[in-house]
Amino acid sequence: MALSLEEVRRIAGLARLRLSPEEERRFAEQLSAILDHVRQLEELDVSAVEPMTHALAAGEIPAPRPDERRPGLSPQEALAAAPAREGTCFKVPRIIE
Amino acid sequence: MSAAAELTGLSLREAGAGVAARALSSRDLVEAALARIAATDGEVGAFLEVGAERARAAAALADQRAARGELRSELDGVPIAVKDLFATKGVPTTAGSRILEGWKPPYDATVVERLEAAGAVIVGKLNMDEFAMGSSNENSAYKPCRNPWDLSRTPGGSSGGSAASVAARQVHGTLGTDTGGSIRLPASFCGVVGLKPTYGRVSRYGVVAFASSLDQVGPLARTVEDAALLLGRIAGHDPRDMTSSPRPVDDYLARLEEGAAGLKIGVPREWFQGGVDAGVERSVRAALATYEKLGAKLVEISLPHTKYGIAAYYLIAPAEASSNLARYDGVRFGLRCEAKGLKEMYAETRERGFGAEPKRRIMLGTYALSAGYYDAYYLRAQKVRTLVRRDFDAAFERCDVVAGPVAPTVAFPLGEKTQDPLQMYLADVFTITCNLAALPGLSVPCGLEAASGLPVGLQLVGRSFDEATLLRAARALEREVGALPAPGLGEGA
Amino acid sequence: MPVSDFQAVLGLEVHAQLLTRSKIFCGCSTEFGGEPNTHVCPVCLGLPGVLPVLNAKVVEMAIRAGLALGCRLKERSVFARKNYFYPDLPKGYQTSQYELPICEGGTVEITVGGEEKRIRLVRIHMEEDAGKNLHDVSPDGSSGVDLNRAGVPLLEIVSEPDLRSVDEAVEYLKSLRAILMYLGVNDGNLQEGSFRCDANVSVMRKGAEKYGTRCEIKNMNSFRFLRQAIDYEVRRQVGVIEEGGQVVQETRLFDPDRGETRSMRSKEEAHDYRYFPEPDLPPVLVSAADVERVRKELPELPRARAARYGRDLGLSAYDAGLLVAERAVAEFFDAALAAYGSGPEAAKKVANWMNGEVARLANERGETPATWKLSPGKLAAILKLLDAQTIGGPGAKQVLEEVFATGAEPDEVVKAKGLAQVSDTGAIEAAVDQVLAASAAEVERFRAGNKKLMGFFVGQVMKAMKGKGNPAVVNELLKRKLGD
Repeated sequence: MALSLEEVRRIAGLARLRLSPEEERRFAEQLSAILDHVRQLEELDVSAVEPMTHALAAGEIPAPRPDERRPGLSPQEALAAAPAREGTCFKVPRIIE
Repeated sequence: MSAAAELTGLSLREAGAGVAARALSSRDLVEAALARIAATDGEVGAFLEVGAERARAAAALADQRAARGELRSELDGVPIAVKDLFATKGVPTTAGSRILEGWKPPYDATVVERLEAAGAVIVGKLNMDEFAMGSSNENSAYKPCRNPWDLSRTPGGSSGGSAASVAARQVHGTLGTDTGGSIRLPASFCGVVGLKPTYGRVSRYGVVAFASSLDQVGPLARTVEDAALLLGRIAGHDPRDMTSSPRPVDDYLARLEEGAAGLKIGVPREWFQGGVDAGVERSVRAALATYEKLGAKLVEISLPHTKYGIAAYYLIAPAEASSNLARYDGVRFGLRCEAKGLKEMYAETRERGFGAEPKRRIMLGTYALSAGYYDAYYLRAQKVRTLVRRDFDAAFERCDVVAGPVAPTVAFPLGEKTQDPLQMYLADVFTITCNLAALPGLSVPCGLEAASGLPVGLQLVGRSFDEATLLRAARALEREVGALPAPGLGEGA
Repeated sequence: MPVSDFQAVLGLEVHAQLLTRSKIFCGCSTEFGGEPNTHVCPVCLGLPGVLPVLNAKVVEMAIRAGLALGCRLKERSVFARKNYFYPDLPKGYQTSQYELPICEGGTVEITVGGEEKRIRLVRIHMEEDAGKNLHDVSPDGSSGVDLNRAGVPLLEIVSEPDLRSVDEAVEYLKSLRAILMYLGVNDGNLQEGSFRCDANVSVMRKGAEKYGTRCEIKNMNSFRFLRQAIDYEVRRQVGVIEEGGQVVQETRLFDPDRGETRSMRSKEEAHDYRYFPEPDLPPVLVSAADVERVRKELPELPRARAARYGRDLGLSAYDAGLLVAERAVAEFFDAALAAYGSGPEAAKKVANWMNGEVARLANERGETPATWKLSPGKLAAILKLLDAQTIGGPGAKQVLEEVFATGAEPDEVVKAKGLAQVSDTGAIEAAVDQVLAASAAEVERFRAGNKKLMGFFVGQVMKAMKGKGNPAVVNELLKRKLGD
């Protein structure tokens, strides 16, 4: 099942990846091969099967926590790794609504 | 053997016992480890970061505790290291990626906290495939890691550094993570013990996420007992992780020496239908024969959905990963590439910051979740996952552990599989179903392959939360087979 | 008039912030305001390696709301990730609920133009709020990101497109808001954004069977703006159709300066949110016992309360409606009435004062009953003083103002300000005689037919009595003496 370059670009856009033309071509090929392999799942009858979306069995689930406040980070700590900041905000290129 | 080599040659338990008995000091252990790292890591490349001063300071405190008779655990004062996927407060945590180069977390992962609370000395952060995506450590954005048994070969991945460091006798034990085999595979390739606990046995808080419903933290060590010691320290519910089970933690040492007599060992026919190198299969079969000799019973079982495991995994894991990696956007931490607009900044940052494998998996995962494809891909894969789990449930009606190869080959040469991603993925065929089924699994060395002299690991998969039986079975084999020799690396140093 | 050939069809989506102390997935404070990034932690910052831990109170509040709104509560509901990129969304996804929400169905009853109508709900689910993007934080035009709000718990409440007019929409929102405030689940603050509403607007020709294409309208943070926005949008859509065009399905922002809606859609792809079940959170399990526990603690809700006021206290729908609009006010009324008396007459008196003077004073000061210095007992005391004719109407108003401002005891205020009325007939008669004697000309003109001069005489008597004459007695004596 061949993935078109257009598809690759659409997915890259959704994932916010700016691929080079070389990458687009290579990924189209590699992803197509992987998707081909993955197609064998269609051989199986899963009509009566529940998906296993959570790996913990029902009896192993912990309870939610009480509504209590806990100390967090100071703004300095929160911004320590910020690539850019203004005051105590994270600074980013202008957001156009 | 030099004094330092004597120290680095100790098992985790022996080292800890020595500190407790005041026969040796944590400082000596740490110095020996640092020296060993300095002598060997130029070639092996297991470490991305070594914190010598930090380690020395921790060792000094451990020695003070020893003097006061206030040691915290059997691990107190012993040098270990952790995969660079674990958040370590104030210490760079890269997940093997450039997008997190230099990032210092403001908090510690729970497993790091627990080991430090036990007094273990974390010497540094270990090399890995970027974002835990890979089977050979060749996807590290920083440098390759090499197998101490043969430096031209991979140590396996993604916890390559974790396995190599133990094999190279740099530290006495390490932590890795296993999502599709990333502890068991490198453990097998490097001839060490590696255990992936049941999903939910160990907290994932502070573990940079790859695939949330599959990732688990586990120990790598030279002996089964060491692995049990480490597991005992890190296992248990964490209120910061709602996917960690509240179930009490077993005493993994209590029944460790009970031996294999009476154990029913399931041998899946699908794991022996070809596709495994002859030498590997021979070693594995020899191990099974040993079990029989020890009084265990081999039972032929079937895991019919084995062959669908790769397909299911390579939809589910990338899907979750594509979402987990969305936070790497240059806004709050990590790499940012300046650009004229916001969207450009995101795209540029992620283009430069991610290597090929994370990009590939993000693409695959985004596709599998996208409108129109979700049912056919992601949802279907999750249903197949249920079928994989049912295979094991049925098998465990008839046996106590499932045994077989960890990988189809011994450690392969660097560069051999990097051209074709699918080929690399297929190396996970035996380990992956255990992750899908959320069950515990381990790799224990069962010998050296005759032709290459490279280690072969036997894989054991157990019932949910039955790590104790796995460890017991592994120990029985280990006792019989004996310890592997240390790889001849930098000897005389 | 073309617009009247068309029928507006409206559905509303409300996002209500929950009154929990901590955020939905971490222990950070949910307090509004504060310097940017002062209520944050690794979890709500979305740092690598963190995990969400569900706040039990959020589930409890969702159950409360679901019960009050007559929803079907789901035993098992699942969180899901809604994936998209935006600076105020630290994880690059919002943790919400998608296929399996905690509540389904439900209704909100409204009364518009005297008619009752039931507006059906589609669902209610739990989710986290995003942070805030701040514009122009620096001279170069950069934007700033404040994550204080990221992770504040929300209930999203979605109605069916059952609303047919702006009036219905506003009534629906008011009713829903009142219910949520009664439940203690939300504070109803539109300006601060703790109660937000988006509208799905479409039009169809009257008598048509198929709904038209709808547009989603955002950014209406007051009832007034909501009206403006919907009115504009309905007219706009009708205009498009009348000119032979087709309404394009899109999201539009309300521009309060212009009173218009503007298309938000950028030229790139529409969002593909790639929803999938959240693997970091287990399914939310709600047992029958959980539900019963919450049900027992439900307060009496506005409509039921208003009905009770009408039935048991004989209050008019209008009076009752005003009292029940806020739970604290209704509870104050109940307590004041209990301290004052019983029966329809007593109820009416208390209601009049509550809806009249008390409401006026409260609005002037922008206060809610929680901060009033007036207590139910003190209001009852003032009314009793009035009944006893110790003070007159104007006096009572003065006492109320003073008590509202200072919390003093009413009878002490009466003493301190000398507000006690004089009802002693003798004293009043003396004043009346004095005034009449001094106003012979006016008396003549009054007796000649100028009855309006009564007001003059009353004024003069009151002046002579320094305002303390009991008006009823003054009037009666004047009439008698003037021979009317």
